[in-house]
Amino acid sequence: MSARDTILKRLRERMDGPLTAPESNFAVVTHRGWSGEERLARFEAMITSVHGEVIHVTDSDWTATLADVLNRKSIVRLALGREHPVAWAAREALAGSGIELIDVDRDVESWKREQFERVDAGLTSTRGAIAETGSLWLWPTPDEPRLLSLVPPVHIAVLDADAIEDTFFDVIEAHRWADGMPTNALLISGPSKTADIEQTLAYGVHGPKELVVLVRHTSRKGA
Amino acid sequence: MSAQSDSLHTFTPQAFHRQAHDALGNPQIRANFRRAMDGLMAKRRDVFSDWDLETLRELGANIRLRALAKLPTLLEQLEANCEANGIRVHWAEDGEQACRIIRELCEARGAKSVIKGKSMVSEEMHLNAHLEAAGITALESDLGEYLVQLNEQTPSHIIMPAIHLNTDEISAIMQAKTGTKKTRDVDYMTAAARAQLRERFMAADVGISGVNFAVAETGTLCLVENEGNGRMTTAVPPMHIAVTGIEKVVERLRDVPPLYALLTRSATGQHVTTYFNMISSPRKPGERDGPEEVHLVLVDNGRSSIYQDDELLDTLRCIRCGACMNHCPVYTRVGGHTYGTTYPGPIGSILMPHMLGLEATKDLPSASSLCGACGEVCPVKIPIPDLLVRLRKEAAGEGRGNVKGAGAKRSRKEVAAWKSWQWLATHPSAWRGSTKLAGKFSVLTPSRLGPWTDHRTSPKPAKTSLHVLVQQHQAQTAPSAKLPAKGGPAKEES
Repeated sequence: MSARDTILKRLRERMDGPLTAPESNFAVVTHRGWSGEERLARFEAMITSVHGEVIHVTDSDWTATLADVLNRKSIVRLALGREHPVAWAAREALAGSGIELIDVDRDVESWKREQFERVDAGLTSTRGAIAETGSLWLWPTPDEPRLLSLVPPVHIAVLDADAIEDTFFDVIEAHRWADGMPTNALLISGPSKTADIEQTLAYGVHGPKELVVLVRHTSRKGA
Repeated sequence: MSAQSDSLHTFTPQAFHRQAHDALGNPQIRANFRRAMDGLMAKRRDVFSDWDLETLRELGANIRLRALAKLPTLLEQLEANCEANGIRVHWAEDGEQACRIIRELCEARGAKSVIKGKSMVSEEMHLNAHLEAAGITALESDLGEYLVQLNEQTPSHIIMPAIHLNTDEISAIMQAKTGTKKTRDVDYMTAAARAQLRERFMAADVGISGVNFAVAETGTLCLVENEGNGRMTTAVPPMHIAVTGIEKVVERLRDVPPLYALLTRSATGQHVTTYFNMISSPRKPGERDGPEEVHLVLVDNGRSSIYQDDELLDTLRCIRCGACMNHCPVYTRVGGHTYGTTYPGPIGSILMPHMLGLEATKDLPSASSLCGACGEVCPVKIPIPDLLVRLRKEAAGEGRGNVKGAGAKRSRKEVAAWKSWQWLATHPSAWRGSTKLAGKFSVLTPSRLGPWTDHRTSPKPAKTSLHVLVQQHQAQTAPSAKLPAKGGPAKEES
């Protein structure tokens, strides 16, 4: 008998007989009842408490702020996608700015070392965020692959303010994740960190040392 | 004792008492653990302050119980969904078989170097040693695991593997093994490790990881971490092998958020970890990175025998947060290596007897004051103290006898002594005669009675028993009163 069949047989022919499954009440992980303002404040407080940097921008001026951030952090080589509106707008705004824009829509094998050693920052969109824990959620795509938010020392993420939901449970339910999971789904809450050396917190152990979240607010008409 | 001298495999569960004695006499070990555990206890308390913790624990326990109630069906569902997503699933009855499966997968790809994320199951099956023997280098990528590996040790905590080392010791290890400068600058050491490991991520042929939750509904593998090494391990090398115990499965995706909330808060007092990584398939056509092949190895290694018994089953609810260790007065004082097992502390004491048998681990269930702290903090409400008592009974041969090595601690001398006592206590005249004799010859009682007298004075029977004293007293104060002629055994004067 194969290992699989042996294990399943032992589990099915349990000495103490069949087990009953208790019901689960998920109320404790949902229904926070926060307003939009409370959600935003909570998200910002939580992600900044773990060393994330939040900058509020409007959907009309965000690329100018992005350029400022790149300047301030002396980032000269920025990796980004092409198709997502975030990447598209950033490319347009940064063209001719002296920032080298690095394409990520190519197989990692062809530029692994370059990605690890030459890129200063990665720019990604996000699908949304979670107020309760200050987490961004990302589903990497061929346009914005997995390593874009991991390998460069700085990760700049663009988040729409109205895409913040209360809890992780709410996000999974509202967006029906169970109906079709992507290759890789991610929650990101702050830059990479460790406390393995005598409980002393250090950032950027393997992933980014810095996480900058540009929170985009809808600009009022005529403003 | 220097950090470097605690070499690999020095510690064994059989030598628990000697190791505990050594650890208690080591001020460095005691200070390192005490400081760390005090901090972790405070952080956990704070992070749950605005939660209805009892309701959340109730939900966590229910989710785990439901998963266990349906375990065989959920494992089949997980397998079917993983395979449909392109993840190959393998089954292993024990650690050796799991090691062989992983080695063969590596060999099939001609792999020479493996980068490993944190996985306690892989520690349990001694995967690194197995791969090394086959000429495959396996490097740990979690910083704590990396430091412990450089120091030729095993982890002393399931969440913080290098918690037994302080900054100076870590600096000395890194200097000796990697040539970094001697320093107390944690940022410098972290940056050095980052540089050393980035090369290895790029060069690795295979990435091996553990699994925190495996979702049957979607065929998704969830990984919880702060460093990003887990994401690197599962995204950079061309092949990813995930290895997990069969009990880590949950039924539905919606079961994950409550368990994740309990795990991070219980483990390190964090609201959330930096990364929550959910993997459902290998790289799809058109995708630019991620492994071409993903494998899942499901390991039994004693779990299906724990599953047989209604009481012991609760052990399998564990989500490996380590809160029971952080709050255990014994673990806090002796540290993780003292237990001599992969999983130390209270959870180790109820889990390892099933994996190694009670012959080897008979002292572990007694390595507890039964103060109940472990049971109180357990996020999924495992009644750890009850299970410790159950395993003590099994070790003494008084349980159901269905734990490997049951009765290993049974002593013929002890059994005979209690049997004689029982006989005496139920035969009043023999009892009175023997207490009289014991009083008369009390000078002859030995001053040492095995380990019992290590920290206690040996008892000496009184010249006159309490029974007789009471008789005399009553005769003096109330000459008419009579003691009952018959009754239970006379009380021994202590």
